[in-house]
Amino acid sequence: MKIKKNIALSDSGFVFDPATGDSFTTNLIGMEIIKMLKDGKSHQEIKTAVLKKYLTDEATFEKDNYDFINMLTKHRLTDGDEKEKD
Amino acid sequence: MTTKKLQYERPVIQKLNTGVMNKFGTKTEYSPVTHIENNSVKELINKFGSPLFVISEKTIRDTYHSANRAFKNRYPKVQFAWSYKTNYVNAVCNVFHQEGSWAEVVSGFEYNKALGNGVPGNKIIFNGPDKREEELLLAINNDSLIHIDHLDELYLIKELANETNHRPRVAIRVNMDTGVYPMWDRFGFNYENGQAWDAINKIMLNDKMDLVGLHCHIGTFMLAPSAYGIAAGKLSELALAIKKKYKKNIQYIDMGGGFASKNTLKGSYLQGVDTSPTFDQFAESITTAILNAGFTENELPLLILETGRAMIDDAGYLLGTVISNKRLSDGRRATIMDFGVNILFTSFWYDHKISPAQEFGQHTEDAVLYGPLCMNIDVIRENITLPPLMRNDHVVVHTVGAYNMTQWMQFIALRPAIVMIDTQNVAHVIRNRETLNSIQGDEVMPTHLKDFKL
Amino acid sequence: MKKKKINVAVTGLNAIDSPGPGVPVIRALKESKLFDVRIIGLSYEALEPGIYMHDIVDKTYQIPLPSAGKASLLERLKYINSVEKIDVIIPNFDAELYNFITLSDKLKKEMGINVFVPTLEQFEDRHKANLSDYGKKHKIKVPYGKVIFSTAEIPKLTKEFAYPLVVKGKFYDAYIAYSEQQAYTYFNKISAKWGLPIIIQEFVTGQEVNVTAIGDGKGNTIGAVPMRKQYITDKGKAWSGISIDDKNLLSMTQKLIRSTKWRGGMELEIIKTNKGDYYLLEINPRFPAWVYLAVGCGQNHPEALVQLALGKDVKPFKKYDIGKMFVRYSYDMIVSLKEFETISTLGEL
Repeated sequence: MKIKKNIALSDSGFVFDPATGDSFTTNLIGMEIIKMLKDGKSHQEIKTAVLKKYLTDEATFEKDNYDFINMLTKHRLTDGDEKEKD
Repeated sequence: MTTKKLQYERPVIQKLNTGVMNKFGTKTEYSPVTHIENNSVKELINKFGSPLFVISEKTIRDTYHSANRAFKNRYPKVQFAWSYKTNYVNAVCNVFHQEGSWAEVVSGFEYNKALGNGVPGNKIIFNGPDKREEELLLAINNDSLIHIDHLDELYLIKELANETNHRPRVAIRVNMDTGVYPMWDRFGFNYENGQAWDAINKIMLNDKMDLVGLHCHIGTFMLAPSAYGIAAGKLSELALAIKKKYKKNIQYIDMGGGFASKNTLKGSYLQGVDTSPTFDQFAESITTAILNAGFTENELPLLILETGRAMIDDAGYLLGTVISNKRLSDGRRATIMDFGVNILFTSFWYDHKISPAQEFGQHTEDAVLYGPLCMNIDVIRENITLPPLMRNDHVVVHTVGAYNMTQWMQFIALRPAIVMIDTQNVAHVIRNRETLNSIQGDEVMPTHLKDFKL
Repeated sequence: MKKKKINVAVTGLNAIDSPGPGVPVIRALKESKLFDVRIIGLSYEALEPGIYMHDIVDKTYQIPLPSAGKASLLERLKYINSVEKIDVIIPNFDAELYNFITLSDKLKKEMGINVFVPTLEQFEDRHKANLSDYGKKHKIKVPYGKVIFSTAEIPKLTKEFAYPLVVKGKFYDAYIAYSEQQAYTYFNKISAKWGLPIIIQEFVTGQEVNVTAIGDGKGNTIGAVPMRKQYITDKGKAWSGISIDDKNLLSMTQKLIRSTKWRGGMELEIIKTNKGDYYLLEINPRFPAWVYLAVGCGQNHPEALVQLALGKDVKPFKKYDIGKMFVRYSYDMIVSLKEFETISTLGEL
């Protein structure tokens, strides 16, 4: 799964898709995940980073991240054709 | 060197739409409620289970005092009667009885509950269309106030009066046009078409019973105090007509209940807490109408009020726990709670205020709140803005004290415990969580069905 | 004369195709000869054009929708006031008035903010469903009307009404029914959308005229300017209009303000029949979106409202220019995404 490269993300959690003109808001952890996705980090790397920084467990994060990625896809913020390589 | 980990919140992203509620300044709905009168929500749930009804004794007493003050400041003779059907858990009833409320019941079951609580028979008001013969006889012998709903009942009481040496003390329930819709004309005798006056004459001309009062109950969740003024005016006219024709004073006027609580009705644009009339507004409307009707000072009838909902709704909370979060096919967030419409019956007509019971960040999400029943109608809130709730997080539902603990349904699960927090902030169980035996204890198994082999 | 510096917060910045009165009210205040006004915009949505009009709106804050309740609004206003020291708030939406009316004492006492709005009684009395009683009470002609709750009442209507008649919702929507069958249809259509009751009203034909006016709360009309719409949009809003000379219209307005002791701005919607009778159709409890025409005619109603809000005695306007026109236009502003981002995420700009 890859996030669209040209997505603009600001420090206030404002996300703008220049291709469609849609705008979104996200919370702090959502921003961090999007940043890591933009930097090309793998799912494993993102998970490690989040678990290191936040008080949560792997199962909870897996579940929440699955939902978050689905929402990114639903909002067409991801490049659909490329499948995630773990 | 070890760094402390940060509090986790689930990642969320929302599209910015115009026309939806902006989040700025709307924080009050989802600001966390971690304690109810110094009792931590988490500890209450750990101790008594989830879901859990919690009733604040202090709120009941405070509400009673403000209602009582509103009427007594305006009228010399006021009596409240606790409406059992609104909440008949005995501990709740007894708080009201300690404050001085009589009992207002609408069935033999409730009548016996009131007697069991120690309410003297002559301080029980017996309302409703279904009063059985043996129940009426008991009420007559106890000198209770019987509010007659229909002619069949009037004739039955007449017959029963012959069998006993007690004179039944009766009132009639009067229905009328007060300018509100719908008009509750299915109970009692109509004012405008003369039925009420006919019934009064039938009673007055009978030498075996006494007409002591006039009763009305014009609707439910009434938001217009003026309608009560109209009703009080019409009952006063009847009382004065009786005085004129029979030279007899009616002892009391019973205005029933129906005052709106602070809940927000579904479909209403503004919040109930901002728009519901105060006790003072209802009291002003009712007492002005009676005081101006033309009674002399010592003829003024006792004013009885059977207010239920507005007295108890605020004092009740429902604590619950998140079972799961899911995403609906249209992308909406859905949160499944461990309580449903089976125990929160009032979610059919209110948008209950629901607060998270733990601290959160600034971000919120729009969600649907579902109950745990395997039924599509089990929706607690069709649309609510809440912080991202996680499994096992707790919530507090507000203003649930009226009707939920009497209309709740035992369906596929056991009903939860009810706890009352006393004025010293100590929590007492006032109804235990049901057990398998509370449900099937009265079942009887025919012998031929006892055994089977699978 | 040195102009007094004040801070005025204004809602209704939605200067769109069916515009709110905020922007015209602000323009009027910016032209005030008495006050040097700093404008604080209060917006509900991130796309209200006024937010981005920096030449007339100095700062904008998002506020919670009326349905979020008074507690939310109060909390937000406390914050805004801590930054801006607001002297006067001018609410411009019908839907928010209930909250502002019932909060006005509190705003004054706790924050020193003045709000000059109708009393709750004035606000409630003029609701459509009450129009018949309203007319009787204030001796003003209104179309004969009746409130019904059920379609069973429709066949009996011919005792009191002749077709065509008007079928109206409690808050919105009105249709002209030419037959009983149509009355049923409209009853069902409106009640499905807006609930009960339904208002049945006599159909009065003639020329629609409007008045923007302001009352001082003691019965005096501080200003009133009548206007006839010359062209309307497909949403029924005035595209252009002209101030007219009509003594009857003015005396009807003065009579109503005297009788109700109206407090604040108002718009009257009136039908003048061919026989020359005037029927009151509706009272909007705030300035209309075309209130700037009054300024153009020499009566600055928003400025007068601010003076009244600040507790000053205001002398009534004696005259206005007749035959002044307004033509509304739309204008595409260029807005940076950064600004949209700021108002969307931080709630202020």
